[in-house]
Amino acid sequence: MTALTSPVAKPPRSARTRQRRLSSQAVWSLSLVTLVIAAFIFYNQILPNLADSVAGPVSRWAPITAINECLIYVIMALGLNVVVGYAGLLDLGYVAFWAIGSYVGAYLMSDFIFQLKDGIHIGSSTTVRTLPGIHLSFWAVLAIGAAVCALFGILIGFPTLRLRGDYLAIVTLGFGEIIPQFFTNGDRIGGLNLTNGTRGITPVDPINTGYLSNILGLPRTVGLSPASLPYKFLFFSVLAAICVFVSLRIRGGRLGRSWLAIREDELAANMMGVPLVKAKLSAYAVGAIFGGLGGVAYAEHVGGALADSFKYSNSIFVLIMVVLGGMGNVWGVITGAFVLAWINNTGLQEFGNTFNGWFGTHVEIPSYNFLIFGTLLVLMMLFRREGLLPERRTQQILREPARTEMESVGSDVEAGQASEGDEEPEQSPEPARAAP
Amino acid sequence: MTSLVASFSKGRTIRLSEVVERTAAGILVLGVLAWVILNLAKAPTQFFTVLLAGLNNGALFALIALGYTLVYGIIELINFAHGDLFMLGTILCANMMANWLGLTKPGLTGFLGLILTMIVVMIFGATVNMGAEFFAYRRLRNAPKLAPLITAVGLSFIFQNIGQRVNGSSPKQWGTVFDPQSGFSVAGVRIRWSFLVVLTVTALLLLGLTYIVQRTRQGKAMRATAQDQDGARLMGVNVNATISFTFALGGAMAGAAAVLYMETIGTTRFEAGFQLGLIAFTAAVLGGIGNLVGAVIGGLLIGVIQGLNDGAPYGLGQDWSQTVVFSILILVLVFKPEGLLGRRTTEKV
Repeated sequence: MTALTSPVAKPPRSARTRQRRLSSQAVWSLSLVTLVIAAFIFYNQILPNLADSVAGPVSRWAPITAINECLIYVIMALGLNVVVGYAGLLDLGYVAFWAIGSYVGAYLMSDFIFQLKDGIHIGSSTTVRTLPGIHLSFWAVLAIGAAVCALFGILIGFPTLRLRGDYLAIVTLGFGEIIPQFFTNGDRIGGLNLTNGTRGITPVDPINTGYLSNILGLPRTVGLSPASLPYKFLFFSVLAAICVFVSLRIRGGRLGRSWLAIREDELAANMMGVPLVKAKLSAYAVGAIFGGLGGVAYAEHVGGALADSFKYSNSIFVLIMVVLGGMGNVWGVITGAFVLAWINNTGLQEFGNTFNGWFGTHVEIPSYNFLIFGTLLVLMMLFRREGLLPERRTQQILREPARTEMESVGSDVEAGQASEGDEEPEQSPEPARAAP
Repeated sequence: MTSLVASFSKGRTIRLSEVVERTAAGILVLGVLAWVILNLAKAPTQFFTVLLAGLNNGALFALIALGYTLVYGIIELINFAHGDLFMLGTILCANMMANWLGLTKPGLTGFLGLILTMIVVMIFGATVNMGAEFFAYRRLRNAPKLAPLITAVGLSFIFQNIGQRVNGSSPKQWGTVFDPQSGFSVAGVRIRWSFLVVLTVTALLLLGLTYIVQRTRQGKAMRATAQDQDGARLMGVNVNATISFTFALGGAMAGAAAVLYMETIGTTRFEAGFQLGLIAFTAAVLGGIGNLVGAVIGGLLIGVIQGLNDGAPYGLGQDWSQTVVFSILILVLVFKPEGLLGRRTTEKV
């Protein structure tokens, strides 16, 4: 596949570099696993026993709910990374999958569908077996939510197949507006209440731990109570880890490599025999699956599905995480998601409080979040387009003015000129444009 | 190369699907027409009232859409910040009219003040848009397409936050120099003076813009730059200045739309820009992006459809107006990506 991108082509990877890359991944993974276990033990065992002088700041600056939310954002960002970072399809409506996932979770784990008088109870955490509605096991709902989202991913992806770049972005944005609006207004469609409107569907059943509770000594149900939050953290971490694993493995495989090829040059990829339709739809499907997992987890996190929480700005927020962290690089995306979600959730608030405490001011720092994120986005695009932890491959591509010019102009003539310009070691963009 | 592949695949596979596509598109258009006629037959007076309101909104969409279409036509960038620029314009207009000039009542001084305000807000829009181009987009002209797009999103966030700081988080009501009640009736349909003003100003601006683009030296430079930047540069066109000028024109249109919007609606909201911007963008796409007349026709059409949807007897109601608009957008992009008046090119499809 490296042969596809001739200007970027490297000599075949030697055994040593392959080994080095593997070990760097292993180091990343192992350290993250250690971190998760350490954090779990800290929040579950140590924090409750600490003195207030230590526990106070910790639970203000890094409460476990914030960490849980960060993990959900990590899952989302990894999903968007598949679509935007791997396949290069700009998706501005990712919140749609989030919403669908959440609502699937809410439908299948609450008594919202009360028409079923005795309810359907399969492995759920509810103790009363006669509650109305559908109550499935959280773990089954995860799979169902992922499957439903994959279906919607393909449905949404289908009309966008022929579109490129901006048009694609706009169509996805359209779906990202339509689907949440459906959930918002869905309480009076032809006299039917399909989604309960802005009131949302609450509460959802807590997570059932099933056999794990016997083996590991976990509590039977993990819901919204403070004591069960560390366990939720553990479960969300496992979910995120699965997403990381899938992201990493799929990238090196046949599908992942064809995504990268499409991202770098769709036409060339097609000529080399990459099935565009299949590859693009799978990118949407995989991205949507992650979104579905995150959505179901989010329903657990907030205890329901609330239509108001799925806004356009959330799509953009996840996109910022991906871009900031480094499109295409899993570790970068994780870092970006975690840091930004934390800043948005608690960091900014706490920083504002500290700032006001120090200087005796009353600046509402959190209300500047859009300004801060917008400025960050613009500055990153101007000065470090490849993100904080860039993917090595992207970095190489971005260093080539002629090639990017070809992509940005896109017409036949320019393509010919640009390939001539390849030989010239152009550095500044201005002469590069006029070079041929 | 591109055209070769396109024609190749066309000859092989597109045939049948093209037929299906045409039929589906035809059925869709017929369905919409039938829906319009049904509404007309059910309640004619209501229909025309709603139609006029729709045209009024449509004219505003058209002015905003002109900004999108100008910028897209020349550097193929969807300027996501454009709607928010419009929003900043409404806030500036409201503050200038009500707080600085103290004009909140109808009257001659009100109209003179309105003209002054419009000039100021148009200059403001032009300056901000040019500034955005100068500081952000210009450096990204050679970057992959994603980069300027994301920058535009970032700028839109920044503008929104500025709007929120100035205007507050909740909508603000203002007195306007247009009397909402004054007007005349034709066969039971109320026609407001403000509607006529909006329509006239839109028409004048469109005429002026068309003149600039088609008849002046600067316009020729714009068209040349849109066609081929390198070619234009070789022919002695100052590409940077031309692109700046295009952004200025687009910003000025947004400013004009902002003043008209503010004076007819009388409300400023910091999120208004995003919604209206998207609708206007839909209008630009519907008309054929890059096409000035197309943007205006698209704007008026979207305005009418939205108006009918919101107020006509068989409409889905205001709750669904976003859904309707975006469905139109998606359908247009799927069936006719070049828009109503645009020309099909291999690049866009």
